[in-house]
Amino acid sequence: MYLDRLHIALVEDDEDDRMFFKDAIDEIQMKTNLLLFGNGQEFLDHILLPGQSLPHLVFLDLNMPIKNGIECLEELRAQERFKNLSIAIYSTSSSDQDIEDTFIKGANIYINKPNDFNKLKSVISEVLKINWQYHTSNLSRENFLLRV
Amino acid sequence: MKFYLKYDMDVIFRKTLEQQLSNLQVAYKINGLGEIEFLQSLSAEKVKELTVLLSVYGIEIINDHKSEIVQRIKDAISEMVLDTSSERNHKLSEYLPNKLGYSYTYLSSLFSESTYTSLENFLIIKRIDRVKQMLVHEKLTLSQIAFELGYSSNAHVSAQFKKITGLTPTVFQKIIKKRSENKTSFKQS
Repeated sequence: MYLDRLHIALVEDDEDDRMFFKDAIDEIQMKTNLLLFGNGQEFLDHILLPGQSLPHLVFLDLNMPIKNGIECLEELRAQERFKNLSIAIYSTSSSDQDIEDTFIKGANIYINKPNDFNKLKSVISEVLKINWQYHTSNLSRENFLLRV
Repeated sequence: MKFYLKYDMDVIFRKTLEQQLSNLQVAYKINGLGEIEFLQSLSAEKVKELTVLLSVYGIEIINDHKSEIVQRIKDAISEMVLDTSSERNHKLSEYLPNKLGYSYTYLSSLFSESTYTSLENFLIIKRIDRVKQMLVHEKLTLSQIAFELGYSSNAHVSAQFKKITGLTPTVFQKIIKKRSENKTSFKQS
């Protein structure tokens, strides 16, 4: 299984958070390609276009206008064609119940939004690296859960 | 009389591949962008046959030594995780050089260069993947798993599980169980 570049999407309504995230990814030594979206509906409109190439990994903020992270997660997981897409929930909530609920609804990764840039960088780096393994090695995708 | 033609290289490439691969009589998948995946590993003769078939159309198999070694390392580690008897007797630093015929330093640096992880960490990831399967599909207890995979104790499995996934094995099991219950009730409703 050969992979040249990890394709990533970030769905986040806050412009500052989007910028931090982009800066963090730019500083990580890894071949990536990042697309940014302002809410769940924008992302769905994009990937539901016929013939659209899919990202390997999407980061979803939970609280967003128009379509929030949970609604977006549910719509993605209802479709067979997105089964290989890794979904990371990206939120300020650290309640165990919230975390379990998103996993049960089909999220693969749950990230507590760090408020420190270096911490954000190390968390994203960890998530990208484990995703690289899931896309290049024979690992069981249905059991892919990660909390950071 | 002249005709002017327009054509799509992707379609031509795909059709050509399909025709040639069907001659080979092995199951395959075209992953797009010049990647074919065989569902079983090919014998050396089959690879040779494929090389000849494709060369007629100017299609070459990329024989990248590094990616080939990395793939062989991954296969060897997978085997090691499945074959518990060898797991107990071998360390990675003895097992891989014996199996692949290169020094551990060479294998280790080549692996880290192209996979964004280390050999040791990859082994742990594979092992935890196996632990998950044993928990979910084989319904084994943590003690049984620890014994099967040669861990020193339950606590050791748990700690490694938590380190890799951020979850305890118990919480992991609960989530996977609820997820499958959700799916069933979704289908019934």
